[in-house]
Amino acid sequence: MMIDFELSKKTKGAQTMIRAFSEQALRPIAREYDENEHERPMDIINMVHGFMKGGMGGGAGGERKKKGEKSEANLRTAVTIEEIFWGDAGIALAFGGEGLGGAAVRATGTPEQKEQFLTRFTGDTPVWGAMAITEPEAGSDTASLRTTAVKDGNEWVLNGEKIFVTSGKSALEDSDGFVVVWATIDPKAGRAGIKPFIVEHGAPGMEITKIEDKMGIRCSDTVSLSFMDCRIPEENILGSAEVADKGKSKGFKGVMATFDATRPMVAAMAIGVGRAALEYLKKTLADEGVVIRYGISPNRMTAIERDVTEMEANLKAARLLNWRAVWMLDTGQKNSLEASMAKAKAGLVVTQITQKCVELLGPIGYSREILLEKWMRDAKINDIFEGTGQIQMLITARNVLSFGRDKLK
Amino acid sequence: MVSFEPSEEQAMVKETIAGFANAEMEPVMRDCDEAGEVSDDLVKTGWELEIISSSVPEKYGGFGEGPSALTGAIAYEELAYGDLSTAMHIVSPTMMAYTVLLAGTDEQKERLLPAFCGEEFKAAGAALVEPRYSFCASQLFASAKREGEEFVLSGEKCLVPLAADSDEILVFASGEPGAGFAGVDAFVVPKGSLDLIISEREKNMGLKALATYEVTLKGVKVPLANKIGADEGVDYLNLLSRSRLALAALAVGMMKRAAEHSRDYAKERVAFGEPIGSRQAIAFMVAKMFLEVDATRMLVWEAAWKCDRGEEFANDAAMAKNYAACQAMEVCDGAVQVMGGHGYVRDNPPELWFRNARAFSTLEGIAMV
Repeated sequence: MMIDFELSKKTKGAQTMIRAFSEQALRPIAREYDENEHERPMDIINMVHGFMKGGMGGGAGGERKKKGEKSEANLRTAVTIEEIFWGDAGIALAFGGEGLGGAAVRATGTPEQKEQFLTRFTGDTPVWGAMAITEPEAGSDTASLRTTAVKDGNEWVLNGEKIFVTSGKSALEDSDGFVVVWATIDPKAGRAGIKPFIVEHGAPGMEITKIEDKMGIRCSDTVSLSFMDCRIPEENILGSAEVADKGKSKGFKGVMATFDATRPMVAAMAIGVGRAALEYLKKTLADEGVVIRYGISPNRMTAIERDVTEMEANLKAARLLNWRAVWMLDTGQKNSLEASMAKAKAGLVVTQITQKCVELLGPIGYSREILLEKWMRDAKINDIFEGTGQIQMLITARNVLSFGRDKLK
Repeated sequence: MVSFEPSEEQAMVKETIAGFANAEMEPVMRDCDEAGEVSDDLVKTGWELEIISSSVPEKYGGFGEGPSALTGAIAYEELAYGDLSTAMHIVSPTMMAYTVLLAGTDEQKERLLPAFCGEEFKAAGAALVEPRYSFCASQLFASAKREGEEFVLSGEKCLVPLAADSDEILVFASGEPGAGFAGVDAFVVPKGSLDLIISEREKNMGLKALATYEVTLKGVKVPLANKIGADEGVDYLNLLSRSRLALAALAVGMMKRAAEHSRDYAKERVAFGEPIGSRQAIAFMVAKMFLEVDATRMLVWEAAWKCDRGEEFANDAAMAKNYAACQAMEVCDGAVQVMGGHGYVRDNPPELWFRNARAFSTLEGIAMV
């Protein structure tokens, strides 16, 4: 091997194609689906489903390779995601596909379960997969989850409340999808008792109780779910139903395995939005005749030159850190440290970049006439969902210091 | 296909230099700083790593195929992981050697390169930076004017490494002072002219073991043959960009050492009954250090990779260097802060790294990949 930053032909081809699609199909309708929250461009969503079958989330971290094996499947997904989110984050999040729910199945399911639950995503019409972890009283603190699953005969009975479920409505109301619900089968066992369950659309006892109104990514639905004696078949538990010894906590490791694979994809989303904003700023400055002198010494730079070159370096650093995390996934290396670093960096810098771009363009930046202010609102979610920037730093710090959760809270 | 795995050769270079840096450079870092001198033994051993001769082709005395920016970046990171001053001393001759190798005429390569491939350390450095608060590498005011069969060089330079020990100095000067990157060329200026004045050693905040000098050129005459690349001249922006990558790579090495030092201290030092690394205020600082070491390295690698492929890389190199300069300061400031008062005293290394780190935003043309 040798260090190489050149994407494979196949990946470059996908990149070019998606960029054109984003420019021609997503950008023109981005504002419309921001202003009309909860509406979705079904023609586009159907079209995308037609040529992606399984959605851009398909294979997000799913294809873990054996060490040494050469693959660029995950990197291709990350590159593709960056291009779609460059087009529009809200619509991109509304695309059909297995999403986080599918990623959870891939990370924790048996081969039979993968077969059983994932084939639906490659059918003729779009289907959504969702994942429900967060509860009103527990977000990143997954050990405090209160939703319970109790075995009753050949069924599991779920009780509890989940919030912030991305694409929950799409999965459960608008398609024959499912939601992967994390619930405890033994509240005394802490993380070891937490297991993922597949809850199908239409499961009795499950109800969508709220659809969130949000600052950004408005085309994407985010819902609350309530489970009241919700009964699901016993084989819908993903992985083993055994409560592992304390310390082994396999259930929680399942969550982590999911996140190691999906965090870089969220970082790629952030980078796409950040790039959109920075490109817009640079083009506007160029049109106005503002020249950015790259090679000059920092002490001679104007404030704008400093801001622009700093933002460019930060965005590139985030992308390269992310590519590394994804490359590790593609080559079968453990990447929880690198994935967390990438997401922490991407979420933070893209939030800062979009805000700075709005600032630098004055009243133009603040106006809803152009998309910049929307990108600033959209970008912020990347520093929040799938673990806030602070949680990413906590994971990074635990890895760097080799401190478990007992030593570094 | 994208990969972050160094080649076998690069892995070997990394391992060899890391071994030297750990076993020999780091233990004497403080002594060198206090004495204001590098250790001759270290320089000798460092020279035996054959960084230059492994880049120079056989016909000019080496055994390589030209410098690889990426391999250079990997090597320099490891060197600076040992000690920045000594690392800069050891690689300072690359400025002249690689400029000749990349831009020189055949005659110049034959005449000048073999000396850089010998067993003895060949002291040499570049005179690029000029003593003005508003100095910018894009605007050199040192001038080069052709007069008959000679060039006449005038101007003031500073932060010229090893000037007093060098037989020749590589002077960057402009045919049109202040005009930008395009008009700048490189000249080999032999010592001995009365018009070439080398100051006493400069007194800098950090890099104390690295000998740097002010050099004043009062109409120094050099033969036409001493202009690198003859009529073609040099691609100054390319050389400058390679030197920026060298500096950025050196910064990464020192940052990495500082980050690891902070990590180890945060795990060992107990306050309020537990290691200080058990508190997020400290833990997050340390995590950020590691994150930025990696981020900076990625920027350096990508720019170096472009350089090796012959692609445009000047903007990437400039961004990598500026990013490295900022992060080196942040990381080394963090390394002081994590230790508190212990980081401020000269018994411990963070204050040394802190002083060294400030140099990166100022320095240009110290070494080249």
